[in-house]
Amino acid sequence: MTSERDWRGLLFVAPFLLLYSLILIFPLLRGMWLSLNQVDLFGNGQFVGLGNYARLLDDPVFGTSLVNTFEVTLMIVPPLTIIALALAMALNRASRSAAIFRGIFFSSAVLSVTIVTLIWRFMLAPDAGFLGFVAKAFGAVPLAFLSDEHLVLPALAITTIWWSVGFPMLLFLAGLQQIPEDMYEAAALDNAGRWTTFARITLPSLRRTVVLVVMLQTAAQLQLFGQSQLLTAGGPSGASRTAVLFLFETAFGRWELGYASAAAEVLFLLILAVTISQYWLTGRATGAQGGR
Amino acid sequence: MTLELKSIRKAFGATPVLDDVSLTVQSREFVAFLGPSGSGKSTLLRIIAGLETADAGEVILDGRRIDKLAPGDRGVAMVFQHYALYPHMTVRENMAFGLRNARVAKDEIDRRIGDAARVLEIEPLLDRKPAEMSGGQRQRVALGRALVKEPALFLLDEPLSNLDAALRLRTRVELAQLKQRVDAAVIMVTHDQAEAMTLADRIVVMNDRKIQQVGLPLEIYSRPANTFVAQFVGSPAMTLVPAQMVDGGEHATLKIGDGTVVQTAIRPDQLPQWANLRLGLRPEAVRVGGRGKAATKGKVELVERLGERTLVYARLRDGQPITAEDQGDSGVKIGDDVSLKIDGAAAHVFDSDGAGYHKADA
Repeated sequence: MTSERDWRGLLFVAPFLLLYSLILIFPLLRGMWLSLNQVDLFGNGQFVGLGNYARLLDDPVFGTSLVNTFEVTLMIVPPLTIIALALAMALNRASRSAAIFRGIFFSSAVLSVTIVTLIWRFMLAPDAGFLGFVAKAFGAVPLAFLSDEHLVLPALAITTIWWSVGFPMLLFLAGLQQIPEDMYEAAALDNAGRWTTFARITLPSLRRTVVLVVMLQTAAQLQLFGQSQLLTAGGPSGASRTAVLFLFETAFGRWELGYASAAAEVLFLLILAVTISQYWLTGRATGAQGGR
Repeated sequence: MTLELKSIRKAFGATPVLDDVSLTVQSREFVAFLGPSGSGKSTLLRIIAGLETADAGEVILDGRRIDKLAPGDRGVAMVFQHYALYPHMTVRENMAFGLRNARVAKDEIDRRIGDAARVLEIEPLLDRKPAEMSGGQRQRVALGRALVKEPALFLLDEPLSNLDAALRLRTRVELAQLKQRVDAAVIMVTHDQAEAMTLADRIVVMNDRKIQQVGLPLEIYSRPANTFVAQFVGSPAMTLVPAQMVDGGEHATLKIGDGTVVQTAIRPDQLPQWANLRLGLRPEAVRVGGRGKAATKGKVELVERLGERTLVYARLRDGQPITAEDQGDSGVKIGDDVSLKIDGAAAHVFDSDGAGYHKADA
């Protein structure tokens, strides 16, 4: 009786399981298999074991791309979180103008990466760009953001923050609206100043949202690709080549599919490790507070 | 320590909520603001706390004008209707928060928390968080958080409304005991007349943006200033019957619609006019089955048996509804014709403006 019911239940989830296996599990396993082979466009490839992984360890281009990826992620996630929170706090009111500004700040999130990079190419270009114009207006020499290897990652970070600030801002707004108004009234009667209120009431109440935003953004920015591909094509001299851009070039430029798959597996494991350790760290911190 | 409210006015947009409200609260006095929703009682409390600003008027505490001060600088503490405890802080931290912000010394904070926790019997809860406590425990913590501030004035916003019936009764008794221990005035907002009657030294009845009556609990009940107070205080509500003056002798004597004549204990010369009067009768002034001078008849529409007494909702011959009382073991049934005896000495009279008149001495 019970086994029959289980079987019928399976029938209901079968369509999903089938689709899930087909478009997620299979490619995942296929990718793992590919990473153990030397594969190009032609032929079936040749099994090389962990050869691709050994080669990655010695590949300075891959190493640099990983360092670039982590650097740009560090440049993006903290400021993005802070700016999104600040915007949310400034726009968390019922006025008409706040609603308009919420729309404006979210609007960049609906643009595609091609438009975003186009806009920022105009912004960042040293001679004709807006930032160059501003620099000249103040009598300074315009900075060559996209051709200076020390400035190219900050430029990517600025572009990405501008593009991605909308969604975290919405998450923070939703979190802020969950805080009951009488909590702030109690704090006012408790002599709490603005900073104390923020640090002891608002921020602890938003704790889960902050964790969510940081984890989502970290996982997303470790996969940064479009901005670097379209703005600089990884240049100058590889200074803005991210891990996914390395993957792309290896797979679809040099058609070394096995090698690219190995790089993808490494990146996948790194993102997994970072996300899990973030989750573990914040879980421990909340646990120590006895929070729920 | 006295609190003085002078001509407070407040409007939300085009909607006025308080219109020229003045009041004085003495030191160590327990005052209840009693009124229905939208009567302005909560707004008045929030103006005293500094959570709302009055459009006009002054709030003076202990000779110091406080209506321009920040809420934390006023020397008042408030217990919120939903307690408003900080969910990520322990009970101890909740109570210490305001004191730390006010830069009270560490050992003084510990002493005050210890004292308050002992009085409220929440010592075992000090390291718990609000989510780990019951409604009643949270209520005590909210009280404790107000208590440790040692304020000149406590403001309680419907403090018992979130508790279940049994707990509410118990907490009411504890609040009454607590009142004896603190050296401060207390203002409590409530829409529950039983709370107001049992706890307060004085009741401020509010309705329609204004104070309707300020008085001792029994005074509010036995000498209501107007028809609103008469009908809002007391359960079930006082019956108001249109009546005509028939004899202006020593005692005003009135005739109601079905011809019954009621001799009151009110002196006729108190009444400004003799037309458009209404007779106010509490259920206990109308007895079922009695045989007296002002006896009339009514048809029973509803019977409520409360145990120690029975409430009888009847209609007089002219269709006027009236609420009467009978003893607990009453045999009255719906549809019965009963004789009703009206105790004229306990009757009230209201003039056409709604103002109340009562027997010479309460």
